[in-house]
Amino acid sequence: MAGKTLYDKLWDAHVVKQRKDGTALIYIDRQLVHEVTSPQAFEGLRIAGRKLWRADANLATPDHNVPSLKSERDGGVAGIVEDVSRIQVETLDDNCDEFGVTEFEINDIRQGIVHVVGPEQGATLPGMTVVCGDSHTATHGALGALAHGIGTSEVEHAMATQCLIQKKMKNMLIRVDGTLRPGITPKDVILAIIGKIGTAGGTGHAIEFGGSVFRDMSIEGRMTVCNMAIEAGALVGMVAVDQTTLDYVEGRPYAPKAELWAQAVNYWRTLRSDDDASFDTIVEVDAETIVPQVTWGNSPEMVAAIDGVVPSPETTSDPAKRAAIERALEYMGLTGGMAITDIQLDCVFIGSCTNSRIEDLRAAAAVVKGKTKAASVKRALVVPGSGLVKAQAEREGLDKIFVDAGLEWREPSCSMCLAMNSDKLGDGEHCASTSNRNFEGRQGFGGRTHLVSPEMAAAAAIAGHFVDVRDVMGL
Amino acid sequence: MKKFTTVEGVVAPIDRANVDTDMIIPKQFLKSIKRSGFGPFLFDEQRYLDVGEPGMDCSDRPLNPDFPLNFPRYQGAEILLARDNFGCGSSREHAPWAIEDSGFRVLIAPSFADIFFNNCFKNALLPIVLKEYIVDLLFEEMYQEEGYSLTVDLARQVVVRPNGEEVLFEIDEFRKHCLVNGLDDIGLTLQDADAIREFEQSWQQRSPWLFNAGP
Ligand code: SF4
Repeated sequence: MAGKTLYDKLWDAHVVKQRKDGTALIYIDRQLVHEVTSPQAFEGLRIAGRKLWRADANLATPDHNVPSLKSERDGGVAGIVEDVSRIQVETLDDNCDEFGVTEFEINDIRQGIVHVVGPEQGATLPGMTVVCGDSHTATHGALGALAHGIGTSEVEHAMATQCLIQKKMKNMLIRVDGTLRPGITPKDVILAIIGKIGTAGGTGHAIEFGGSVFRDMSIEGRMTVCNMAIEAGALVGMVAVDQTTLDYVEGRPYAPKAELWAQAVNYWRTLRSDDDASFDTIVEVDAETIVPQVTWGNSPEMVAAIDGVVPSPETTSDPAKRAAIERALEYMGLTGGMAITDIQLDCVFIGSCTNSRIEDLRAAAAVVKGKTKAASVKRALVVPGSGLVKAQAEREGLDKIFVDAGLEWREPSCSMCLAMNSDKLGDGEHCASTSNRNFEGRQGFGGRTHLVSPEMAAAAAIAGHFVDVRDVMGL
Repeated sequence: MKKFTTVEGVVAPIDRANVDTDMIIPKQFLKSIKRSGFGPFLFDEQRYLDVGEPGMDCSDRPLNPDFPLNFPRYQGAEILLARDNFGCGSSREHAPWAIEDSGFRVLIAPSFADIFFNNCFKNALLPIVLKEYIVDLLFEEMYQEEGYSLTVDLARQVVVRPNGEEVLFEIDEFRKHCLVNGLDDIGLTLQDADAIREFEQSWQQRSPWLFNAGP
């Protein structure tokens, strides 16, 4: 019999009941909760007179609607200016009180973007099934967990039953072997992968990221990669457990201690695909070929190398692709054939659950240190992913480096990733963003998003247009 | 979810074809954080003379005297009689939420839009498809007789007219089972509560660190 993949192992360990129609009842170890997709779920429970199956398996924090401006933030929940946002956050607070869910409230130092907070607290652990009413839940797969986003009715289902009804997905291995060239980041790796397989490339699959590049990568980097599995069409992205994983998890508040730690580690060490495991699909990428990436269109697969050009519609004979390029060029206000480095920027956003961890901030700070933001860049926001990331960055003096360079240092939130709080792009503005989605209007009506790594965003803030960060850093 | 057995109730009309979910519940109400409380905004644009906003107190809003659901004779109705392709358009589940919240339990029409039809079952609403000429007949009888009511017996799958005549209707066996027993997806899963508990116990033995309440 062939061996098992990591996904097979995680799936098998959590099957409560296999049903005749091909679905299975899967046990959920951890549910992360935020204010946007939970109110109707709590309301549903209330109407049906149901309780949470296991309140302690849930952990909540508000992130999408909380303001990033210190002045607005100082007023706590009551200080949130926009009514709809304030009501959503208040409702989360009330629901968590009523149902007995632990919540890191708006100005708790542990508050932050759910996908940053979970791993940081050790609330997401290897081997767990993790769900959240948010499509970027795949992030937690970086720790060797089975994690995916769900809709509001499933949030309620998981709260009430500790289970989800699911069909098993296919196995996909994305292997990146070799060594990344200096200055190449995890964000470049995942953008290059999406550029290669397309935004539907992983549909119906659970992706495992394997190969030497991911073995050598930090957990923060693995999270950046898994975070965008959904942009490659997959609900789930994951990396096998290794010593790096264990070192990351050890000592975190929710992580097991003492004997339980030893017991857990024994199990966690088995969480890797067997050597003879078979995958339905395998994609291979050569690490040496990856250079800094910049998206130019309105889909994450519309990505180019920093030394490349914006494509022209004539470069393809496929009418659908041609139409998509034309549409994107028009929306983005770009011309086919222009150099990526000629794209001028109005705004820079360093943040989001893709790139707002301490490592990202350190990398961005190293690029801007001692330099000054280009005058043509109207705004450059740095938004840490959690209160703890913010505190750590301040201990290291990163905030000063950013502020001295003319960037704004903000409070932890989703912020300009989706513009639900007041951080929005203006109509027609170009933004170098470390987030994960460049859809039309994502960062504000008419806003033009270019997805890049924190290093590339930082370099763009200084230059006013895209530049190869390797040149800036002398690499 | 509420169990559905027999409903005997007053019938109210929405006498037009292709009623879309935008009409049933306009878009400004989708910002709500709730699944309940949509009832007062059901058919908001037809029902009131002013423009509705979420969170409004509807009790002193100017009612449109020409809109049937505002007529005294239809107050307290539990059965909504409608025309072809009811519930078309956007997939918003807020539409059945609003209908259910207004006290309706049954909808009768010659046809319904697919997504809306499915959404009804998740919310303890029974949509019944009857032949066009029968729906015509029910409309006629309803207009003639104030307080006109029908009995809907789900177990026997019949609509009983005031004269005692019964009209059979079709319903998928599984959906009937869920409605009669008041089961939604969650209810169904909870039928496996023992299996979940059993799994949980053995999982806890194998992975005790997952059942530590935290720091
Ligand atoms: S940072 Fe962006 S992608 Fe991540 S959870 Fe928030 S809104 Fe979603």
